[in-house]
Amino acid sequence: MPKRTDLKKIMIIGSGPIIIGQAAEFDYSGTQACLALKEEGYETVLINSNPATIMTDKHIADKVYIEPITLEFVEKVLVKEHPDAIIPTLGGQTGLNMAVQLQEAGILDQLDIEIIGTKLNTINEAEDREEFKDLMNKLHEPVPASMSAHTYKVAKKFVDDIGFPVIIRPAFTMGGTGGGVAHDYVELEEIVERGLKASPSTEVLIEQSIAGYKEIEFEVMRDSSDNALAVCHMENVDPVGIHTGDSIVISPIQTLTDNEIQKLRDVSLKIIRALKIEGGCNVQLAIDTKTSNYFIIEVNPRVSRSSALASKATGYPIAKIAAKIAVGLTLDEIINPITGKTFAQFEPALDYVVCKIPRWPFDKFSKADRMIGTQMKATGEVMALGRNLEEAMQKAVRSLEIDQEDLKMDALADKSDEELEKYVKTPTDDRLFYLAELLRRDVSYETINQLTNINPFFLAKIKNIVDYEKVLTNGTLDKDIITEAKQLGYSDKTIARLNDLDEDIIRHFRIQSNVLPTYKTVDTCAGEFEAAAPYFYSTYETENESEKMSDKSVLILGSGPIRIGQGIEFDYSTVHCVRAVQQMGYKAIVINNNPETVSTDYSVADKLYFEPLTLEDVLNVCDLEKPIGAIVQFGGQTSVNLAEPLKANGIKILGTQVEDINRAEDRDLFDQIIKKLNIPQPAGGTATSQAGALEVAHKIGYPVLIRPSYVLGGRAMEIVRSDEELDKYMHEAVHVSNDHPVLIDTYLTGRECEIDALSDGENVLLPGIIEHIERSGVHSGDSMAVYPPQNIPDEVQGQIVRYAKLLAAELKCVGIMNIQFVIHDNQAYVIEVNPRASRTVPYLSKVTSIQMARIATKLILGADFNTLGLEPGLEPESRLIHVKAPTFSFNKLNNVDSALGPEMKSTGEVMGSGLDYTEALYKAFEATNQHIKDAGNVLITVNDNDKQEASYLARRFHNVGFQILATKGTAKYLNDEGIDAKVVPEVGQADEDIVYYLSHNRIQLLINTLGESRSHHSDGYIIRQNAVLNSVPLYTSLDTANAILKVLEKRFISVTPL
Amino acid sequence: MKRYLVFEDGTYFEGTAFGSDTETIGELVFTTGMSGYQEAITDQSYNGQIINFCAPMIGNYGVAKKFNESQKPTIKGVLAREISDVVGNYQSEMTIDEFLKQENVPGIRRIDTRAITLKIRKAGSLKAAIVDDLNSGLLDQISTWKLDDEQLQKSINPTPATFAGSGKHVVLLDFGYKESIVSELTNRSLKVTVVPGNTSLAEIENLHPDGIMLSNGPGDPTRHMDVLPTIVELEKRYPVFGICMGHQLLCLANGAKTFKMKFGHRGFNHPVKDLASGKIYFTSQNHGYAVDEASVAETDLKITQIELNDQTVEGVEHTRYNAFSVQFHPDAKPGPHDADFLFNKFWDMINK
Repeated sequence: MPKRTDLKKIMIIGSGPIIIGQAAEFDYSGTQACLALKEEGYETVLINSNPATIMTDKHIADKVYIEPITLEFVEKVLVKEHPDAIIPTLGGQTGLNMAVQLQEAGILDQLDIEIIGTKLNTINEAEDREEFKDLMNKLHEPVPASMSAHTYKVAKKFVDDIGFPVIIRPAFTMGGTGGGVAHDYVELEEIVERGLKASPSTEVLIEQSIAGYKEIEFEVMRDSSDNALAVCHMENVDPVGIHTGDSIVISPIQTLTDNEIQKLRDVSLKIIRALKIEGGCNVQLAIDTKTSNYFIIEVNPRVSRSSALASKATGYPIAKIAAKIAVGLTLDEIINPITGKTFAQFEPALDYVVCKIPRWPFDKFSKADRMIGTQMKATGEVMALGRNLEEAMQKAVRSLEIDQEDLKMDALADKSDEELEKYVKTPTDDRLFYLAELLRRDVSYETINQLTNINPFFLAKIKNIVDYEKVLTNGTLDKDIITEAKQLGYSDKTIARLNDLDEDIIRHFRIQSNVLPTYKTVDTCAGEFEAAAPYFYSTYETENESEKMSDKSVLILGSGPIRIGQGIEFDYSTVHCVRAVQQMGYKAIVINNNPETVSTDYSVADKLYFEPLTLEDVLNVCDLEKPIGAIVQFGGQTSVNLAEPLKANGIKILGTQVEDINRAEDRDLFDQIIKKLNIPQPAGGTATSQAGALEVAHKIGYPVLIRPSYVLGGRAMEIVRSDEELDKYMHEAVHVSNDHPVLIDTYLTGRECEIDALSDGENVLLPGIIEHIERSGVHSGDSMAVYPPQNIPDEVQGQIVRYAKLLAAELKCVGIMNIQFVIHDNQAYVIEVNPRASRTVPYLSKVTSIQMARIATKLILGADFNTLGLEPGLEPESRLIHVKAPTFSFNKLNNVDSALGPEMKSTGEVMGSGLDYTEALYKAFEATNQHIKDAGNVLITVNDNDKQEASYLARRFHNVGFQILATKGTAKYLNDEGIDAKVVPEVGQADEDIVYYLSHNRIQLLINTLGESRSHHSDGYIIRQNAVLNSVPLYTSLDTANAILKVLEKRFISVTPL
Repeated sequence: MKRYLVFEDGTYFEGTAFGSDTETIGELVFTTGMSGYQEAITDQSYNGQIINFCAPMIGNYGVAKKFNESQKPTIKGVLAREISDVVGNYQSEMTIDEFLKQENVPGIRRIDTRAITLKIRKAGSLKAAIVDDLNSGLLDQISTWKLDDEQLQKSINPTPATFAGSGKHVVLLDFGYKESIVSELTNRSLKVTVVPGNTSLAEIENLHPDGIMLSNGPGDPTRHMDVLPTIVELEKRYPVFGICMGHQLLCLANGAKTFKMKFGHRGFNHPVKDLASGKIYFTSQNHGYAVDEASVAETDLKITQIELNDQTVEGVEHTRYNAFSVQFHPDAKPGPHDADFLFNKFWDMINK
């Protein structure tokens, strides 16, 4: 059927900020879909609150609204734009939920707007557990015994009948938030209550547990003519019981017979047809490994994390095709863009194996509960392709950037078999390495299978890998042995480690022996048709399909998996870098390993290598492509860290030179520069030992800010106030050594701000100064921020510009760099310089309309400001005010302290823009889903240092109609100040203690600053945890509270008697 | 142990031996199906062929007797990037290596199967030998090797076999039939008698069939010119359903022509469009010959289905008689079940 001509304007709802369970995959899908609709000639309108995305770039849709995805704001946009239709299936759960809300509020009917793609009743049928169960019963498809409950009582009664264990899933939540497996009534009550809170409809599904079954996913598509197909099938290595987002996933299915696969395919197609979905859909199934009996677990009637993975795994662009189907095109009319010959009505055939491994945030959250289960905890993932599973798996492991080059985790060598077995049974994020260790010790497949239900086939593959360690340890370098090692996915570095040699020696031996990678095409069709797609992966075979593309190519290194501190912002910059490289007349080659992102869409770069971002893998591509050089400024610390070794291997680093990168990152060298330039900097020093650290601290005086060098996102950074704390830090937080010193600085309190400087080596362009709302001590990535600055005097702005120019010139910066300042007593101090694009690039690019990553790339490739038509200096400020706010995923992670500090904890960000500061602030708060009530109870519990300041805030809260609650000490202080504050009993001091208040809706806002104790047993910690659990807005910085008050005061309408 | 795949021109690929240690020559073809290696290996349509599996890992779920598509494989060899010695499915009875040893089929693993596929795609299907020694005398025979009658005859059961059923009676003319065809029929309660494809009209009549099934099978359909007159008579008297080779023979019997394709269709992601309904389904395919589209125009046949990508003829039906056929395998195994409704169509014809 041809596309619909009755539709002219279509609105797409984005997925909002990145949180665990809803990440960069929706930027990839959304961007693809917007472009596909534009390509078909529709006018597109987009709403998304996340500025760090490609999809919110001006040119992706005809109109882009960076506004909160709340009913209030989406309605405003709909009224203003009056689209003919909306597509709700591209913005994850956020998009679906918003469509439901719009319908229920009657807005769609009122404005006569159609939902296209997947209809509302389909969304309900798939998402509402009861409706879904009814549908499955109608189709005679088995689902585990289940029921939905709105109260614990109902849940308990059901479990009385079906018995334990049961799985609890809250309705309408992302990533299974708040769910879990209960084995007894205590667990049942806890999880049900939590789930009811997490669910917007106060509803949980209690389900017969099928933990241990094999978990299978099908990505299926259907069009309006009822053509349907399966794009991809995937098998989870981790059986049912571990969220698929936290599972190691292999595609295609490996351990089912054709019979079983076809049966599950039939079921998946039957379901998408019954749901009448026009677009893509994800079907999750469980199959009993002893009987082939199966159950349907769930259906997601939208593009998803799995569909992004499936798109990258197969080359079939699901979101793009889904968008075209939504406007009426059928699968047999749409050309498969990879082959350019076959149609979209095609089921990809893979001649490689795909391995996805999740990336968890536990390197940042060292105290967090690392157990994995039904609640997703990973922030990102990597994908690797190989011609066997061993190769794909090892490539995926070294793509993770978790300090694991291979399956050998040193710390496990000392553990007993029993300990290891315990860990694989109750899995944590690093189970793979525990499995490898057990297999290394020849523990049988049967034993491990009994503990884990992991299929012996997968265990055998891991065993193949670890067994070869012995071969590699055992002897001299031999061509055949090295070849086989490479075919098993071993890196040069691991081979070197096992032979006690340098990586370099292995590399040279390989090159001399002609053991070189061959690159194969991802072509959707296993070689049957000629492919047009420039999408490659490496393996070690006989035929190489990738030929050197051009004498004028540039290599761009991506940023790898999404993790805290290195998020989607870096992919944004990478994509812009690609465009600019192309605009400058070069061919762009991208290496990256993150399946969720836009940069790994094969249509973005001229050539995509889906490879680990290690020295070896990057050099291999360089050997083949011989690019004029590599750009490392946009892929975060991942790519910057590769600059030096690449240069040492003869690869030209384009832009700021390696020595200068080092001068910015090496503390001592940087100190020399600062001194030379006479720029104020907090006093500080470097230490490589415990004693050294004490010495520095004593010299500069407490409090000090301490952190390891060469880190991103403030990993292991702390404010330390005494010798005792310093001792503790040095013992627990870091492994300090000569190679890894710690940096110690005076902790200056004050306002923080940062700039991103574009430089051609002489002149500097500053698009704007970003002011942080929280004072120093909160990591810049976790701070709210505003542009243009609201509180920075011209004099200080002048200092900032001057220092930026001096630093850029001294560091011979060509491209972009980021400088962070703290303003103390009207003097700007430089805190740090990052010789690369920072997290703020997309935000600032959008609000200033200066496409920073593009300009930086052009400067890197030799352009100057003059030829680019740009005026160096500080750009004039924008008219609108833009506030950036962080979003957190604390509700997905146990035992993570939600108090903000120097270590970054946020997973994403939103932006609110307004004509004045408070409007922008209001939108930013709304967009983070922290709706601030106009009145209610605010609980204030702060440490002694903060009490005076808190009292000012309390008075203002009172003035706008809030009742003040406080813990004893704070209440006393407030009462002494003449503020009416009611005492709330501290933790455990009464039946109705502070925890009770939090869980019984008696607190609408919580302001808590850190006390002395950081322990997980401290009252402060317990209070914060309960606030997160009960979704009570929590602010741990008085500055954030102040920002909220500004909004409340603006909105407050007083009532006065006559 | 090293093992080689050698072509007529002396070029070769190197890999590691598995399966039986016989040396063979065959026609090299590739299949893109990602599962179902056992069904493919035991499919008689692959008689005389060396199967290059595009799926890089086979043997993952082992081998079980119940998945055999025929009694005895007649393929000449198996090429796989990797095979698995540890199997991941409870139904498995032996490994792929054990199975191929038992069936006397040689295999090569750790060979660049993708490079081989690309070679076939460019050159068309090729003759090749599997040898353990590059000086093997067998290599001289590659150029003269061809699929002979003696080899082809191995695909056909010389004696009739009956499969009980409470319903109507289907006589299946065997050109190398897959057991999945029989089970699709018996699943619908039909009684099935399998007879060699060249059984005479009189003998077939003696069996009192209610319907005739023309099976799949290996080789060039024009080798079976002797059965065409029988088919012409059968289609006048009984409902006829042809699959793969059966389809080609129905077309030849009605005056259409067949041709050898460059490298054929082998796999199960081939989209087939039903011209009447516009519906598209994914089909399991395994054929090196196809019916010439233009030649159908001058017959009493009507093209009912085409392959979406290369537009080849995928199905015909007789304009006057109850006879129809498809180039693909609605019986699947391996592959999708999207087209299994065609057996219902046949059932309806028989029971009308």
